[in-house]
Amino acid sequence: MSFTTPLVARLTEQSPADAPRDEAVALDLRGVQKTYDTPGRPQVEAIRHLDFSIRKGELVCVVGPSGAGKTTLLRSIAGLLELTAGEVVLDGKAVTGPPLGMAVVFQEYGRSLFPWMTVRQNIELPLKEKGLDKAARREKVNRALEEVGLTEAADQHPWQLSGGMQQRVAIARAIAFEPSVLLMDEPFAAVDAQTRAELEDLVRSLWKHLGVTVLFVTHDIDEAVYLGERVIVLSNRPTVLMEDVIVDLPTERDQLTTRSHPHFGELRGHVYSLIQRAKRGDRPDAPLPGA
Amino acid sequence: MNVAGLARRTLMVLGLPVILLAAWWIASAGSTSPFWPPLSKIVATFPDVWTWDRIVEDVFPSLARLGIGFAIAVVVGVSLGTAIGLMPRLRALSEPVLEFFRAIPPPVMVPIIAIFAGYTGWLGKIITIALGCLWPILLNTVEGVRGLEPVLGDTAKSYHLSPWRRFVFVVLPGASPRIFAGARQALSIGVILMVISELFGANAGIGAAIVQFQRSFAIPQMWTGIIVLGLIGVLLAALFKAVENRMLAWYLGQRQIERGE
Repeated sequence: MSFTTPLVARLTEQSPADAPRDEAVALDLRGVQKTYDTPGRPQVEAIRHLDFSIRKGELVCVVGPSGAGKTTLLRSIAGLLELTAGEVVLDGKAVTGPPLGMAVVFQEYGRSLFPWMTVRQNIELPLKEKGLDKAARREKVNRALEEVGLTEAADQHPWQLSGGMQQRVAIARAIAFEPSVLLMDEPFAAVDAQTRAELEDLVRSLWKHLGVTVLFVTHDIDEAVYLGERVIVLSNRPTVLMEDVIVDLPTERDQLTTRSHPHFGELRGHVYSLIQRAKRGDRPDAPLPGA
Repeated sequence: MNVAGLARRTLMVLGLPVILLAAWWIASAGSTSPFWPPLSKIVATFPDVWTWDRIVEDVFPSLARLGIGFAIAVVVGVSLGTAIGLMPRLRALSEPVLEFFRAIPPPVMVPIIAIFAGYTGWLGKIITIALGCLWPILLNTVEGVRGLEPVLGDTAKSYHLSPWRRFVFVVLPGASPRIFAGARQALSIGVILMVISELFGANAGIGAAIVQFQRSFAIPQMWTGIIVLGLIGVLLAALFKAVENRMLAWYLGQRQIERGE
């Protein structure tokens, strides 16, 4: 199929050791491997080997069958989890702890916002840490609130808002932080379908508007194809790359026309079949049948 | 709130106390027992006993010792509790010791404290109150800090909050519902210890006054002292509630919405 990159080619062109430092690369995963090894518990190999990179300003989605180690991957990239081997490189620097140039939007919006603070205080707190003065903080908070359409709710507490609005607050907090990479971990998994469509469009428009690099983890195939410029499909556990699918749909997307586009259907079908194969345990590093 | 609502609330708050007082009044009306004087006699004695001078001499020192002891317990309990709650290794190390000390009834400590700090001055009394108040605050803080939502911790980490900001803006407010629960328990223990600490070697204080009245067979006066103690308890509880409502407004509001009230 023309819209996919052959897997073999991808695996050979990115050997982690001597990968050229591409200036246009925002995030680079080199031989990432994660095995949970807690004493007294059985060892779990979550990620076997992952190599991929994201260029500056790209919007990349990661999908995989459930249990594919998506959250493990995201937490590793965010510097919240130590890798067993390999490295994650952000803007040319290896990630060892949570890097400054990254902001994370978690799935559990209700639990990632501080309920004792107002919406404004939630967005402002990371900016305080950055050492911005009051006027600069205020300006950035107001702009972020405007971007996500929540100016009215600035002085309310998160729990006074609907789920979709709470996730908008989390997004506003992330963009006010001005990260070079925005990580989103199944951010819309817990909101209803209508809100979800709105939030997807919000992510697309913020991405275009702010030029931020976005890595969006989801289990929803439609969402991945609709949002992404690329869709990285993961295998079942222990995770390897199934395929890196280029989404060559027009940049201007909307819920109605894009989703009824014939090519959207093809891409969706392709990713769907990859996931189905991944669920059955068909994986690129598995020995060929009969071999 | 409308007028009818306010009236109903007032009735709810004052209803039972009024009934109990009426019952006491009626039951004790014809009493001739010296130990069980009629309430009318106690009430009549009240203004003579609890003059402004006596309040300054007896009530204020008691409350001051309670305040100081309670404040020490809050500061030590919250800081130690946070440290233990955040560090699993420290927790494993300290848990048996904490359980041991918690199991000791605080009044038992009085003779020991008396040996080391003396019991005629303020120091021994304040130590008694602080030690008694410490455990509920400490143990609740540990639980509150441990029970903190892990996603909040991840959020704080990924936004690079400094340890200090994490403590002030994340850990402390997150644990505050539990800290307040502990502090409420501590306050009632503190009031008890405030009185008990004055039963030994004190010449001023509410507890001391009650004991002196009792020893000099000033029975109606003794009863007025007990009423004063009760009133102080009510007042402190109301004050505590007011502070809690203000500090935990977010928590109470959130809970109300979650329960769909």
